[in-house]
Amino acid sequence: MAGAFWCIVEDDRNGSPKKVMAEVIGEAARLAPGRVEAVWLTDKASEAGLKQLGEWGAARVVLLENAAFAPYRSEVWVAAAAELAGKEAPQAILAPVTSRQREFVARLAARLGVGLAADCVGFALEGDKLVATRPVYAGKLLSKVTWAKAPWVATLRPNVFRPAEAQPGKTASVERPAATAVGAQMKFVERREEVSTGLPELTEAETVISGGRGMKGPENYVILEDLGRVIGAAVGASRAAVDAGWRPHRFQIGQTGRTISPKLYLGFGVSGAIQHLAGMRTSKVIVAINKDPEAPIFKIADYGIVADLFEVVPELTKEFKKLLEK
Amino acid sequence: MKILVTIKQVPDTATQVKVAADGKTIDTTGITWIVSPYDEFAVEEALRIKEKRGQGEVVAVSLGPDRVKEALRSCLAMGCDRAIHLNDPAWAAADTLATARALAAVIKQESAQLVLCGRQAIDDDMGAVTAQLAELLGWPCAYWIMEETIDADAKSVRAARQVEGGLEVFDLPLPAVLAAQKGLNEPRYPTLKGIMGAKKKEIKDLKASDLGGAVEPSQLSVVGLQALPPRPPGRIIQGDVPTAVKELVRSLREDAKAI
Ligand SMILES: Cc1cc2nc3c(=O)[nH]c(=O)nc-3n(C[C@@H](O)[C@H](O)[C@H](O)COP(=O)(O)OP(=O)(O)OC[C@H]3O[C@@H](n4cnc5c(N)ncnc54)[C@H](O)[C@@H]3O)c2cc1C
Ligand SMILES: Cc1cc2nc3c(=O)[nH]c(=O)nc-3n(C[C@H](O)[C@H](O)[C@H](O)COP(=O)(O)OP(=O)(O)OC[C@H]3O[C@@H](n4cnc5c(N)ncnc54)[C@H](O)[C@@H]3O)c2cc1C
Repeated sequence: MAGAFWCIVEDDRNGSPKKVMAEVIGEAARLAPGRVEAVWLTDKASEAGLKQLGEWGAARVVLLENAAFAPYRSEVWVAAAAELAGKEAPQAILAPVTSRQREFVARLAARLGVGLAADCVGFALEGDKLVATRPVYAGKLLSKVTWAKAPWVATLRPNVFRPAEAQPGKTASVERPAATAVGAQMKFVERREEVSTGLPELTEAETVISGGRGMKGPENYVILEDLGRVIGAAVGASRAAVDAGWRPHRFQIGQTGRTISPKLYLGFGVSGAIQHLAGMRTSKVIVAINKDPEAPIFKIADYGIVADLFEVVPELTKEFKKLLEK
Repeated sequence: MKILVTIKQVPDTATQVKVAADGKTIDTTGITWIVSPYDEFAVEEALRIKEKRGQGEVVAVSLGPDRVKEALRSCLAMGCDRAIHLNDPAWAAADTLATARALAAVIKQESAQLVLCGRQAIDDDMGAVTAQLAELLGWPCAYWIMEETIDADAKSVRAARQVEGGLEVFDLPLPAVLAAQKGLNEPRYPTLKGIMGAKKKEIKDLKASDLGGAVEPSQLSVVGLQALPPRPPGRIIQGDVPTAVKELVRSLREDAKAI
């Protein structure tokens, strides 16, 4: 529909939208009630997944299904999405920040010749303009940007926007236009799975535990993982811990790692260097455990305990267990 | 094989940044500038490719004002063969697309076979120029790469990109664009010889008119810049460890409702 707010669906590669889509759809609905459409490029969508999008509030789902859409390749997706955008003339194209969506919408914006605002944390309609707020300069400043023309293309930082509440029984009209895939120049070779920790993914988790140099060695991360299992948290690390080889790079939080914005961040033996803060300062509640009362992380922490983390972590695990068993 | 590396000069993250009087840009007085860290990974990778192949040329390109020469000079000191500086007030308010258009024009002029970029520039953090370059050139692109190998006859590159949950490996025919992720390599420090040698290497200045004309207006414009609102002051929980931990858990549950 012309004037629609598109929400590009990020899925779990198994036919279901990721829960971050509730946030994207929720924000789109706030900006453009009744004009929210989900656009889903995938090799296979499940019926449950389609239903979920409707319950979150998408009025219409456009499903572009083609075996060639997995694994994701920007050249293939952009051709299909640009063709659809040409026909439909959406007002906005919104996607969550994930590694592939960041690339995809940037390339799509270039194809359409329009502006892109990445990693936004807020939107406001001002007259007939959309103004997006985004952190810049290591999160020290907030930049407000606006578009010269539609479609307004943007990515949304996860865990920042209020998710739409699922309304059981609400359904979206589902359309399945013929999805043509251009021949890809990139040829898929293989996918190497990471060893799963069984804990949530860093960028999606509502609670994140971070262990820094104060962890003293790779063997000690088990105590953080134990805590993580109790409270359902992802376990990340500072760069000092990553560079020491204690944790793989994919767990690094910060400017040269992942940007996270959980409801709760718990830092253990992390000093709070500016580059670490760049990746976590939009967390809602920040807790710091450090034996140095002067550690800079205490400046942005909501709660702090000055103590040896090796004493605190087991106590915390015990207390949380008690609380959550109630 | 000719490799082009796009680099952006950014404020060192450790330096203070303040909003300028115009309320849209930063006050640049007293700022220490560095090459964006991801772009250093890109430079390093380009140099390694050249060294491994025993031939080729590595060209560093940057768009920005006069101060950018210093960043290009440090890439030359690392070992790049020459540099190109896109320096024209017409690009002063360039958005990612305008930046990508200018860079794509240079890449075409230079007939580069491989373009290495950073995952994102650590000041504006759009993480977009790379993908937009690939689009404008019609080249394949691999984002957030953790490793790459060029085949012997320089016809294709095998790249592993980082995605949620793992790595995805692709073969890309050349020419192609790659965006460097941390973990790809450990950038070298320039040697004294490198620094001395860099002074003699060429930095070519290009204006918008050298790239075939008018700069299209930016599609995205900055309407305001402000300091992050300060967080409300926090609280250090006192007492011995068991007492403090109990109080922390209670606060997280009852006051902050975070658990
Ligand atoms: C005075 C001033 C005014 C500005 N006004 C606007 C504005 O009105 N609208 C707007 O959108 N932005 C504006 N900007 C920011 C804009 O110039 C961004 O720097 C540009 O959009 C690139 O985005 P990015 O830095 O996030 O790069 P990313 O997309 O994060 O960069 C990815 C990669 O692309 C390459 N790259 C990026 N920039 C360059 C470069 N300059 N030279 C060489 N390679 C590069 C690097 O390899 C980098 O790692 C302004 C900046 C200044 C200083
Ligand atoms: C360009 C650039 C990019 C960077 N990007 C990142 C990034 O993405 N992410 C990142 O994290 N860093 C990044 N850094 C590095 C950053 O500057 C810091 O060096 C790093 O964050 C420090 O990690 P840390 O806090 O674990 O270690 P440290 O600064 O060494 O702090 C360890 C802390 O642990 C405390 N401690 C020690 N033992 C205990 C104990 N038993 N109990 C409790 N507390 C204890 C100490 O008091 C200390 O405060 C970057 C740096 C640069 C220059």
